Amino acid sequence: MSELFTLPVLLGILYSGIRLATPYLYAAIGEALSQRAGVLNLGVEGIMLMGAYAAFFVAWRTENLWLGLGAAALVGAAMGLMMAYISVTLRAVQGISGIGLHLFGLGLSTLLFKTTMGGVQSISGFKPIRIPILADIPLIGEQMFNHSILVYLAFLLVPVAHWVLNGTTLGLKIRAVGQNPAAADSLGVSVMKIRYLMVSVGGMFAGIAGASLSIALINLFQENMTNGQGFIAVALVYFGGWKPWGVLGGALLFSFVQALQLWIQVKDINIPSDIAVMMPYLLTILALTFAVRRSDQPAALTKPFERGEA
Amino acid sequence: MVDIVKRFPGVLANDGVSFDVRAGEVHALLGENGAGKSTLMRQLYGLYRPDSGQIIIDGQPRVFHSPSDAIKAGVGMIHQHFMLVSSLTVAENVALGLPSSRGARLDLDRVAERIRALAERYGLKVDPSAVVWQLSVGEQQRVEILKALYRGASLLVLDEPTAVLTPQEAEELFVTLRQMAADGHALIFISHKLHEVLALSNRVTVLRDGRMVGTYPTTEMTRADLARLMVGREVLLQYDRPPAKPGEERLKIDGLWTVGDRGTDAVRDFTLSVRAGEIVGLAGVSGNGQRELAEVLTGLRKPSKGAVTLNGKDVTHASPAERIAAGQCAIPEERMRTGVIKDFSVLENAILCDHGHAPYSHQTLLDFKTIAAHTQQLIADYAVKTPTADTPVKNLSGGNIQKLILARELCRKPTVVIAAQPTRGVDIGASEYIHHRLLEQRASGTATLLISEDLDEIRALSDRIAVIFEGRLMGVVDAATATAESLGLMMAGTRHAD
Repeated sequence: MSELFTLPVLLGILYSGIRLATPYLYAAIGEALSQRAGVLNLGVEGIMLMGAYAAFFVAWRTENLWLGLGAAALVGAAMGLMMAYISVTLRAVQGISGIGLHLFGLGLSTLLFKTTMGGVQSISGFKPIRIPILADIPLIGEQMFNHSILVYLAFLLVPVAHWVLNGTTLGLKIRAVGQNPAAADSLGVSVMKIRYLMVSVGGMFAGIAGASLSIALINLFQENMTNGQGFIAVALVYFGGWKPWGVLGGALLFSFVQALQLWIQVKDINIPSDIAVMMPYLLTILALTFAVRRSDQPAALTKPFERGEA
Repeated sequence: MVDIVKRFPGVLANDGVSFDVRAGEVHALLGENGAGKSTLMRQLYGLYRPDSGQIIIDGQPRVFHSPSDAIKAGVGMIHQHFMLVSSLTVAENVALGLPSSRGARLDLDRVAERIRALAERYGLKVDPSAVVWQLSVGEQQRVEILKALYRGASLLVLDEPTAVLTPQEAEELFVTLRQMAADGHALIFISHKLHEVLALSNRVTVLRDGRMVGTYPTTEMTRADLARLMVGREVLLQYDRPPAKPGEERLKIDGLWTVGDRGTDAVRDFTLSVRAGEIVGLAGVSGNGQRELAEVLTGLRKPSKGAVTLNGKDVTHASPAERIAAGQCAIPEERMRTGVIKDFSVLENAILCDHGHAPYSHQTLLDFKTIAAHTQQLIADYAVKTPTADTPVKNLSGGNIQKLILARELCRKPTVVIAAQPTRGVDIGASEYIHHRLLEQRASGTATLLISEDLDEIRALSDRIAVIFEGRLMGVVDAATATAESLGLMMAGTRHAD
C-alpha cells in the first residue's frame, strides 16, 4: 500500500484526475443545464458515444481535429433536439425515452464503427498545451497546466455555466421554467423554447464529452467506449445539487477515484483489479444515497408542461 | 369583452358574455364555481382564445395568442393560485421574462429599486431580496400585484384574492386596491364573497352557468339580491341552529406536536377537545398547521409529542383503519387527492373503506348487487348528481364529489367527524347542503371538528371557535360572542386573553 503514496504516484494521480474529469464535466454541466430547465435526459451516454464516433471519424478522414469536434457538437445537439422533441413536444416519460436514446446511440455508433472503420484505428489527438509561468510552479504546475485545449475548456465551462444560470436573463428564465413553468408561462416566457434550447445545448456538450475521449484523451474509437460515464454524469448532476460548482466537485471526486483505481492496477497493488474497477460505480451509488438533497431539485424536473393544467 | 363564447368538450363555459370595465373603477365579477368567471378572465389574459366574440382594449379590438400579448396590452392578472417561482427572490420573480437594462445580464439592483418605489406608493410592503417561499401568503400576494404593476398593467384582474387572507389583511388589500383605482387603474375583482363585493366594487356583473345574469351598480344591491342572482333562487344566508347540548368528551387532543414537510414543527403544543353534539370550528389562515393537524388526527402523519384520545381510547399512534373502527370519519382537505380515486367509478368510491367486510363482500368476493343498491341509496339520500353509478368520479363537479364523500363517511354513523375544508371550491347550493348535513350530525350527537379557512363558514356552523396560528392554539372562544375583529387578531397571532 505504501508504494501508492509516493510523490511520483500522487502527482500521477493528480495529472490523471484532472484529465479524466474532462468528459464528466462536459456531460454533467450540459445535463445540469437541461435539468435546471426541467428535462431529465438519461440518453447522455448514447449521445457521448455518437459524439465520440463522429469526432473520431471526421478527424480521422479529414485529419482536422477541429472539424471532428464540430461534428461531435452538431451530432450531440441534433440528438438533444430529438430528446427535446420526444419529451417536450410529445411529452413522453423522460426516464424511459432517455434510455431509448441511449440504446439508439449505442447501437448506431457500433454499427457505424463496424461499417465505416472496420477495426480500431488511432489518430493523434489534441496536443497538450503548456501554459507558461503557471506550468513552472514547482511540483504541481506540470501536472495541472500541461493539458490539451479540451481539458482547459471543460474547466472553464464551470464558471461560465454558473454565470449564465445566475447572472443573465436567460438563466433566470431557465431556473423559472424548471421550478414553476406555469408561472414562467404566465409572464410570457416560452417554456417550450427554453426547454428545447437547454436540452439541445445539453446534448451538444454530451457530444463534446464524447469527442474529448476519442480525439483528446484516448485518441481512438471503439464499441461502447464510454463505459457508463454518461450515466455517472447524470448522477453527478444530482450529487452536485444541480449547481455547476457542485458538479465540478463531484466530477473531481469521481475522476480522482478513477485515477487512483488506475494506479492501483498499474502498481499491481494487492487489491483485486475487479474491485478497483468497481470503485467509481460503487461511489455513484453511495453518493446518490447520501449526498443528494432533494430540496435542491428543480420542482418541475421530468414533468411535461401543458398550459392550463394546475 | 363583447359576446364571448367559449366551449370545452361537453361544456359551454361562456355563452355570449359581454363585460366592460372603466378606468378608475373596481368591477366585481360574481358567480359560483363553474359559472365561467375564471374561463372568461383566462381569455382576457391570453391563456385561452374565445371561440367567438371580441376583446376590445382602449377602443381597439385585440387578439391575444399568449399571456405576453395581454401583458403588452396592459393586462395584469393576480391568479388565485399564485404564479410565483418559490425558489427565486422577489426581485427575480418580478424581473422574470422582462428585458434587462444591461442586455443579457440581469439588473436586479435596479429592479429592486423600482419595486421599492411601487411598494411605497401602494402600501405593498415587501423585501425585494427575500426568497419567495419564506414569505407569508399575504406577502406573496403583494409580490403578485407588484409583478403586474411593474409591467405597467393598467387593467388588473384579481381572481379570488381574499381567499387566503385574514380579515385584516383583506382590509389592507382593499386599501391598496382603492388607491390603485384612484390612480386610474381599472380593476376586475372576482369573488363569491358577497360582503367583499359590496364593500369594494363600483359595479358588479353576475354570471351563472356560463351566462350573463346582468351588470348592476353595487350601491343598488343588497346581499340577498346578489345571492339570489348568483344561485338563481332564494338562499338562506343564515342557518337555524338549536342551542348545542354538548355531551361527553369524544375527541381529545393533548399537547400535540408534529413535524411538517419542511422539517420544522408544524403543530406545536396543541390542546383541544370536542364533545358529543357540538361543532368546534378551527379557524386560521392557510398554512398555519391545520393540514398537518388534520393529518395527525386521521392517522396520516406521525405526531412527535402529545396524545390523541378518541372515545376514551388512546389513538395517538393508531392507523387510519383503527381510527375508523373506533368511530371516526374524515372529510379530507384535498378531495381529489385523498378523498376519492378519481378514475374509479362512483360505485367503487362509495365503498372505499367498507369493501372489506359484509354486506359488501363475502370471503374476498365483492357483492356487486348489494354495493349497487347501497350506492343508489347514497346517491338518492345525498342528492349526488351523476349520470350513472358507473361514471368515473373525475367527471363529477366538485360539489357532487364532496357530497359523495360526505355520503360515504356519514352513512357509517360516526361519533367523531373531522371535516377539513368541507366546502372549499364547492358552489353555494352544495355548500348549503353540506352544512345542513353537518348540523344534522350535530343534532344526532356527533362530535365535529370543522377545520376551515372560510371564517363565514366557521361562524355559521360552530358552537365554539378555536384559532390556530403557526401551529399553536391562540384561544377558544364562544361562537355566539366572537367578532370578526377578535378572530382576525387571533388569526394574525395575538393570543386570546381569557
